[in-house]
Amino acid sequence: MTATDTTRTDSLAFNGIGMTFPDGTEAIREASFSVARGEFVTIVGPSGCGKSTLLKIASGLLEPTAGTVTVDRERLGYVFQDATLLPWRNVLGNVELLAELHGIDKAERRRLALEAIDTVGLTSFQGHYPRSLSGGMKMRASLARTLTLKPPVFLFDEPFGAVDEITREHLNDETQRLFQTEGFAGLFITHSIAEAVFMSTRVLVMSARPGRIVAEFDVPFDYPRHPELRFDPEFAVLCGEVSKELRGSHQ
Amino acid sequence: MSIDDLSTTATPGADASGDAAPVDAPPVRRARPRRTVGSVALQFLPPLILGAAIVGAWYYVSYGLLTPERRFLLRPPHEILQVGFLDWDHFSEILLALWSSTRVALIGLGISICIGFFLATIMSQTKIVERAVFPYMVMLQAIPILAIVPLIGFWWGYGTTSRIAVCVIISLFPIIVNTLFGLQSAERGMHDLFTLHHASRLTRLRKLMFPAAQPAIFAGLRISAGLSVIGAIVGDYFFGQGAVGIGQLLKRYSSRLEGEELLAAVIMSSALGVVVFLFFGWLQGVAIGKWHDSSGPND
Repeated sequence: MTATDTTRTDSLAFNGIGMTFPDGTEAIREASFSVARGEFVTIVGPSGCGKSTLLKIASGLLEPTAGTVTVDRERLGYVFQDATLLPWRNVLGNVELLAELHGIDKAERRRLALEAIDTVGLTSFQGHYPRSLSGGMKMRASLARTLTLKPPVFLFDEPFGAVDEITREHLNDETQRLFQTEGFAGLFITHSIAEAVFMSTRVLVMSARPGRIVAEFDVPFDYPRHPELRFDPEFAVLCGEVSKELRGSHQ
Repeated sequence: MSIDDLSTTATPGADASGDAAPVDAPPVRRARPRRTVGSVALQFLPPLILGAAIVGAWYYVSYGLLTPERRFLLRPPHEILQVGFLDWDHFSEILLALWSSTRVALIGLGISICIGFFLATIMSQTKIVERAVFPYMVMLQAIPILAIVPLIGFWWGYGTTSRIAVCVIISLFPIIVNTLFGLQSAERGMHDLFTLHHASRLTRLRKLMFPAAQPAIFAGLRISAGLSVIGAIVGDYFFGQGAVGIGQLLKRYSSRLEGEELLAAVIMSSALGVVVFLFFGWLQGVAIGKWHDSSGPND
């Protein structure tokens, strides 16, 4: 599939997506939205509302039962909920994997991997095996792995859900910085409102099953965003509004 | 079969603590206890003491319970050492037979590995083949070897070929089951990753399924290696033409009531089993010890 010509040059567009599983569960109803280059969109919603299903549909892992997705799947970045590092490869080997699958030659993929590892700050751990890494470091390695492809579209499936709060904030800072330097179109899934508001240009609220986009918020803060933003009154107000929508949709 | 303890090391989020700095410190590795005289003693003393107790009980049976004319039933340990191990004529005979059986066991194991890997790989690729083949593998496994001894003799004669056949029949099943289990053990998320990046079937097998299967494969190898030694001895017992193996030797000694030699041969057979088991444990440690926790002969 290739990107359609629209005025906004959307990198990723969902048109009337619906998803009903074979067992009759309706996971998503009529989801339509798009993410343009230079946009970082986050979807917040209660657990089980079909947020992750949207990403699986975007990437082609699942076929929707209604609607279409427009995206270039050739170099799609997808960061999973778990780091999904291969335990028998060290950090360098893991980060090289995607370039390897795409048939990039050895010298080039080594260069790409080292660069990505440097970007996420794991240079001194490139020889370590996953079992000796902390949860946050595994997630960094997973990020670096995706970065090697320099994907124009980046999908994040609740990647920092399993790490502690402090690590999560650090990873948010870094992701936001990456977004700034790499300039990809980002679609991020989370159930943390603060995480969503801190990183995004736009926040979408998804209702409980069947998932529908029920509200949309533009986030006005300039990049780079500093950690102190989290203590800004405006930030708190916006978080509050998102939270209110989220609770409203839950009833 | 120890399928239960083959889980991979990955427990997502289980060790997510302690990374506050942008570049977080690695989690503290469990420090290996230092080898002190005390810890070495603690490791080796209990088996030594038990061993001494067993030898003591043995002497008691030989000299205390058995009258001299019935002592052939259980010769005392030192006589076994003298007759079975220190008498070169006897010991060389045992070693030669042991070597013959070892060869049979290795060939049998080699064949089992080839067949097992092949079948497990096919089964992992096509569910239908797995469904078709698996029941027969279980049946093969359930056949008491004694029941098909005559058949094996008809088909392959009473020499080495039949001995190898017994080895294969006995040692094949654990290799297939463990390899298949291992090939299917790669996590869903990893498969998704390979799917997303359009990996071919072969690439997926080579870079994901086989590496993920290694711990299970080694567990299967350790079981099968031991079984193939048993298979070689049992096979030799029934199919004695050609080179004399341990099974023939055991048969000969027992028919001549040569208790010392008999026990020496039994001890050497068991030693062979132990060596094979340790070898594969070592191999496992070398191959996957770097990334997999439950490897090495010590656990």
